[in-house]
Amino acid sequence: MSDRLILGIESSCDETGVGIVRLGPDGSLELLADEVASSVEEHARFGGVVPEVASRAHLEAMVPTMRRALDASGVELSQIHSIAVTAGPGLAGALLVGVAAAKAYAAALNKPLYGVNHLAGHVAADTLQHGPLPQRCLALLVSGGHSQLLLVEGGLANSITEIGSTVDDAAGEAYDKVARLLDLPYPGGPPIDKLAKQGNGCAIAFPRGLTGPRDAKYDFSFSGLKTSVARWVERAERAGEEIPLADVAASFQEAVADVLTAKAIRAAKDLNVDTLVISGGVAANSRLSGLAAERCAEAGIELRVPRPRLCTDNGAMIAALGAHLVAAGAKPSPMDLSTTPGLPVNTVQIL
Amino acid sequence: MLVLAVDTATPAVTAGVVELAPDSPPRLLAKRVTLNAKAHGELLTPHISDSLEEAGKTFADLDAIVVGAGPGPFTGLRVGLATAAALGQALNRPVYPVATTDAIAKDAASGHPLLVATDARRKEVYWAAYDAAGRRTDGPHVERPQDLAEKLPALGVQQATGEGAEIYQDVLGLELLQSKHPSPEGLVAAAAAEVLAKARPAALTPLYLRRPDAVEPTGRKRVTRA
Ligand SMILES: [Zn+2]
Repeated sequence: MSDRLILGIESSCDETGVGIVRLGPDGSLELLADEVASSVEEHARFGGVVPEVASRAHLEAMVPTMRRALDASGVELSQIHSIAVTAGPGLAGALLVGVAAAKAYAAALNKPLYGVNHLAGHVAADTLQHGPLPQRCLALLVSGGHSQLLLVEGGLANSITEIGSTVDDAAGEAYDKVARLLDLPYPGGPPIDKLAKQGNGCAIAFPRGLTGPRDAKYDFSFSGLKTSVARWVERAERAGEEIPLADVAASFQEAVADVLTAKAIRAAKDLNVDTLVISGGVAANSRLSGLAAERCAEAGIELRVPRPRLCTDNGAMIAALGAHLVAAGAKPSPMDLSTTPGLPVNTVQIL
Repeated sequence: MLVLAVDTATPAVTAGVVELAPDSPPRLLAKRVTLNAKAHGELLTPHISDSLEEAGKTFADLDAIVVGAGPGPFTGLRVGLATAAALGQALNRPVYPVATTDAIAKDAASGHPLLVATDARRKEVYWAAYDAAGRRTDGPHVERPQDLAEKLPALGVQQATGEGAEIYQDVLGLELLQSKHPSPEGLVAAAAAEVLAKARPAALTPLYLRRPDAVEPTGRKRVTRA
């Protein structure tokens, strides 16, 4: 069998992504295009993603982003073998734009359509950089929208089980809220990471959520941490103290990275898994990847973190997941496919 | 010319295949219409494929695409525009946006000054006014029916059509015509001159008429910079 070109379309949040991946006869993946249009700046003054603003931006960006992806790869739409699109989870109105467009491309080109899971796409992104996943691996997904621990068995097209998730805020959401508190711009991840490098992560002992002996072993909670940072800052202000911004940022970041990595390593040990994939926007955080590398090395676990560009939302990860499904011989989704904003992670493809 | 017409600016999911020739009204070959305000995303592309099949045509046979650009509830409205834009790109065919109210006015073809009002939800209507020749003279706007009613004498319309006109018939007090949702022929008629002239299409800009609901955070916590 010859090469197959898989197109991926992503529109679940504030990035319009189109990716093109070449699926080799041996199952190998090669990334040919990864174009993203982001509306993040339009959301900045609101301190978070405004769904209607994101949906409007997706509609404007879809055709130009597709054009750029085709131009970048030198591929024509008629050469595409299959089309994959994020069908959930995500913002309802945003998902609908990508799925409507994907259906139209698939119908006009008479190509199979795969409505796929965004979270599984984040894991698939790693295979573009580090090759096939082992039979069993653990994935830690951390971003503004999700914080989850997943067990992937027998490949992405086969079985994904959620073994833990946040019970309140996503990790990235906590970053955004603490950034606002410290008068740092949105999104909060990069500025906190930068500021934290000048601070001491052990300066303030912020709480580690859900780490008590009777707490859920693999679940996360970041809401209490955010509140605790707010209280600490208020108390210092009342006392007329100068706020050690870098120490606050570093100590907050330390608490997040500590809990995420400790729980991931514990799950890997408990489940006898020797590979950990960290993906999602927060995976780009230097302390998280640094601490994960330290702890994985100690525990004899192989750590895989895709480059930052692949960690954030993009069409390449959806194309990669589509390629895994095509390679596994999955049936296409029906053309009356609907979007599912609350799609659970164990549903890799909507049929 | 073979034209595909789609509209998702009302609760109707509308797709149709229309034959368009100079000097004769658009002729419908096949259509699929489902009344379901929540099913635009699911049904539009299947409706397009089914219409083409019933008409005995393929995507490659199409010369142009006409799409209702609203005004209409945002989420549904975007489905039609995203679909039409992607089809146009994939097929390398021009996509002509038309005001959905223009298509409804074409369907009514009443020969009298006409108000077209569709349901904008939140107790408002999207409306536009047309003269006896069917030319748009005002709108489209979004407004409360009570406020629109006060403008009616100045608009000089006696008849009204569209779902908004039906829901608020008591408030508007106009004679009601039966053409609730845009038909494929009406959509193509609204763009006929441009399609036939192979004109360069206007940008596919949705007629939202309302700004996104979004409030900037207030009472923002500021920390003295160290
Ligand atoms: Zn994501």
